[in-house]
Amino acid sequence: MTTTTLAVLVPLLPFLGTVAGLLLGRKAPGFVRPLAILPTLTALGLAVVVALRHGGDGPIDAATQLTPTGSVPIELALHLDGFAVLSAVLVGVVASCVQIYSTAYLREDPRYPSYAALVSLFTAAMLLVVYSGDLMVLLVGWEIMGICSYFLVGHYWETPEARAASLKAFLVTKLGDVPFLIGLFALAADAGSFRITTILGEVTAGGLDHPTVIALLLLAGVAGKSAQFPLHTWLPDAMAGPTPVSALIHAATMVAAGVYFVARLLPVFAASAAALVVLAVMAAVTMAGSALAALAQDDIKRVLAYSTIGQLGYMTGALAVGDRGAGAFHLLSHGAFKALLFLAAGVIIHAAGTNSLAAMSRMGGLKDRVPDAFWTMTVALLALAAIPPFSGFFSKESVLAAAEHTATGHSESAPATAGWIILVAGLVTALLTAAYATRLWLLAFRGQGPAAPDHGRQPLAMTSVLWVLAIPSLTFGLTYNLLPDWFDGHELTPTLTTSVLSTGLALVGGVVTYGAWRHTTAMAARPPLGAVAADPTAGPAETEATAIATHTPAYGSIAEAPDSADPGRLLLGPLHSVAANGFHLDALYTALFVRPTQAAARLVRFLDREVVDTYVRGAGNAANLLGVVVRKAQTGNVQTYLSALLAGSVVLAVAAVLVAAGA
Amino acid sequence: MTLAITAPLAASAPQGFLSPTGVEIAFVLVGIATLAAAIVTVTTKQLVHAALWLVVALGGLAVEYLLLTAEFIAWVQVLIYVGSVVVLLLFGLMLTKAPIGRSPDADSGNRWAALTVAAASAAALVWVVVDAFRTQWIDLDGAVQGSTEVTGSILFRHWVLPFEALSVLLLAALVGAIVLSRKNGDSEPAPDGTTQPSTADKEQR
Amino acid sequence: MHLAYPAVLAALLFCVGLYGVLARRNAILVLMSVELMLNAVNLNLVAFDVWLRDTLHAGQALTLFTIAIAAAEIGIGLAIVLMVYRNRGTSDVDKLRDTAEGHGPEAETTEAPAHTTEAAA
Repeated sequence: MTTTTLAVLVPLLPFLGTVAGLLLGRKAPGFVRPLAILPTLTALGLAVVVALRHGGDGPIDAATQLTPTGSVPIELALHLDGFAVLSAVLVGVVASCVQIYSTAYLREDPRYPSYAALVSLFTAAMLLVVYSGDLMVLLVGWEIMGICSYFLVGHYWETPEARAASLKAFLVTKLGDVPFLIGLFALAADAGSFRITTILGEVTAGGLDHPTVIALLLLAGVAGKSAQFPLHTWLPDAMAGPTPVSALIHAATMVAAGVYFVARLLPVFAASAAALVVLAVMAAVTMAGSALAALAQDDIKRVLAYSTIGQLGYMTGALAVGDRGAGAFHLLSHGAFKALLFLAAGVIIHAAGTNSLAAMSRMGGLKDRVPDAFWTMTVALLALAAIPPFSGFFSKESVLAAAEHTATGHSESAPATAGWIILVAGLVTALLTAAYATRLWLLAFRGQGPAAPDHGRQPLAMTSVLWVLAIPSLTFGLTYNLLPDWFDGHELTPTLTTSVLSTGLALVGGVVTYGAWRHTTAMAARPPLGAVAADPTAGPAETEATAIATHTPAYGSIAEAPDSADPGRLLLGPLHSVAANGFHLDALYTALFVRPTQAAARLVRFLDREVVDTYVRGAGNAANLLGVVVRKAQTGNVQTYLSALLAGSVVLAVAAVLVAAGA
Repeated sequence: MTLAITAPLAASAPQGFLSPTGVEIAFVLVGIATLAAAIVTVTTKQLVHAALWLVVALGGLAVEYLLLTAEFIAWVQVLIYVGSVVVLLLFGLMLTKAPIGRSPDADSGNRWAALTVAAASAAALVWVVVDAFRTQWIDLDGAVQGSTEVTGSILFRHWVLPFEALSVLLLAALVGAIVLSRKNGDSEPAPDGTTQPSTADKEQR
Repeated sequence: MHLAYPAVLAALLFCVGLYGVLARRNAILVLMSVELMLNAVNLNLVAFDVWLRDTLHAGQALTLFTIAIAAAEIGIGLAIVLMVYRNRGTSDVDKLRDTAEGHGPEAETTEAPAHTTEAAA
């Protein structure tokens, strides 16, 4: 088979798996698990083959036009370059791990067949986005991901949190998608094609008339999908979905789609310096803000969610300084270790019976209960904090190096301003990242108190994938000297200055957090706090759903717990409560957008009911009144009727006579 | 205005309004009597009197037929109308227990509307008729138009089929009248309202 | 004879009958008025037959038919009136208002006898 055929099969197989799963799910439950895992695994294998065949050479393009559209042609096109093939491998790895993990995690869930089918569909959509060489086809995958995300986040739809979160995720991402769609059309209108290769050729030739407008419109969609400020608010709430979904969608793939899209079309963005600066500011605000928020969260998954937002900020930052190689490098390494973090968090939540860090910090021996999760999560957290030689260190270094490169004016495409913004924000975030990673580790695994309830040994399907994902988290960074061949050819090797700076800051952050933790642990009287509501015998998914549903009643908020022993509280000081609530952005949006919209809706309703309806009712009443008047004539007296009839006849006859006589 | 009439027979006898013949005078006088009787018929407060005045009016019309030389129709008029129809009407009045003597509510509340409509149509009709026929005269001096012989001959020579159809119609009417007026007492009991006034009526009579 | 005399007489008779139909309350008197109208038509037919000197005498033949039909009509009409009287206890046409808006037949049957009693008294 040719590489093109193989590449077509990669998104097609999970899609067929979805169809088969949905068709057979009810009739043949035994086939559901194979149908969920095998297509994804096969797709992974094919993606690896495609990547090997591609081998870092020039891009492979294939296109077929299904039907003429009359104006700008839409083609089924493949565009396989280094980004695409490697991203596809990442998607395949994470999706396979998630599918395997889910078989155990949702083993008692009655809705597992539809869940697995949706995850497969999601995988197919993401692979379509990755491989597509045509923006319209890419948009199809993009929107399918949006709707799948809606369904999967709302998997526990019995809980109000999940319902609200799924709606929020859908609406916020759609809010970004509308300008995104307009931007796509504008881009295609300017370039005369939806083909990425054609568009990039036009951009190189300077054929774009409105690069800034197009880039900003596209950025709105990217911000929605990749959870960048100011459209990031859906991602922390989306943690109400099952943990594997969080790992797949909200860590490794869907949020990566936005970054990937910018990487694909980077020349379009680079054509506008203003767009790059906006992207840089967006990335900087996202990184720093999300890192602060992550430090204050109590729900272990919300910590990871905010950390995802922050790491996506690094990626967009890399793109803002015009180095998509660094961005893609961080995308790949982050995808691996963040999926690992989420999946390990799922194991921990099951073992501890709670998702609250405050409750975990009052449990002893959690790390002995789940040694796999403990070790792999430690690896992943070290990668997240960018400690050498873990993968996160190299990828983050490549971003910071690119930023430094631009800031010192060595970049030809990006403005130096963007470089400085990213560099400063990246260094601050490195400190904060290490701080919250340390806090997470300390609170989760170094808790003291009565032992955690025994949930039995974690299933092999769940623990084995942790080790699979731990391998790239450990070693992927070492490929930094191979990757430039696959990407643009920019050097990804860490530079000495930024390495020393960021690693030093990360160590400082870790040590300070440790100190704060020692301080608070010694000082606080450790009052008992909250209770583990989940039944020890329950399955992982059920445990998690219970934990999410009981967090607000137990602690008063979905995001924070009144835990005086929390080092984050000491470190953040008065900022803690603000950060825990995501800087009150939701309240701000409510005041700025929701309330005016509702007021406008009320106004419209008032106008409709009181003003428009008055006319409608008036018309009805007038007809009624006329009817009443006319009804009076219906006396039932035949003589009256006859009188009227004859009078009319006389009048008509006289008129006829007069007309006939010509009077 | 003038309505153009193309009469097949341009009867242009040299009479005028101001020189009426004897027949005309008789016609007008009888006509006035007939009209007066008709007006009394529709205005009298005594229901039985109305039937009797109707006899006068119909009889007057029979005389008018004679004056128009329609002899056979005049006798038919007398026989059928004066003889049978009026008797039938009187029976009807009796069977519905119409009050004898003056009944103040013989006319309904529709009277003024009726008067208006009738006056308007009368004015319109008279105006049109007079305007149309003011120069037309009937020649009564020629061959007899309505003798029994003539009528019989045309009726059974030219109009025999409609005549036979008419007999079927009369038969149907006969059957219908019998069916309608037959008292099927067991079908439903008469409502109380019908019996009480009837006894009261009888006592009064 | 001037044609206007019978024509005017017929018109006036017709209108008198019309007035009776519209103004009379008793159904039998209404029938009488209908007879007047029919006779007015008959007079017209006869007069025009004589005036036109029709060899077929269509006017007179039609008059005869009309008389016959009128006889049938009066028979049926009286039968109907009698039946109405039997069912309703009255033969006043302005009491028969079943087709009026908001009046049921039940209301009429209870109201009608009271009126007849009044009329009788």
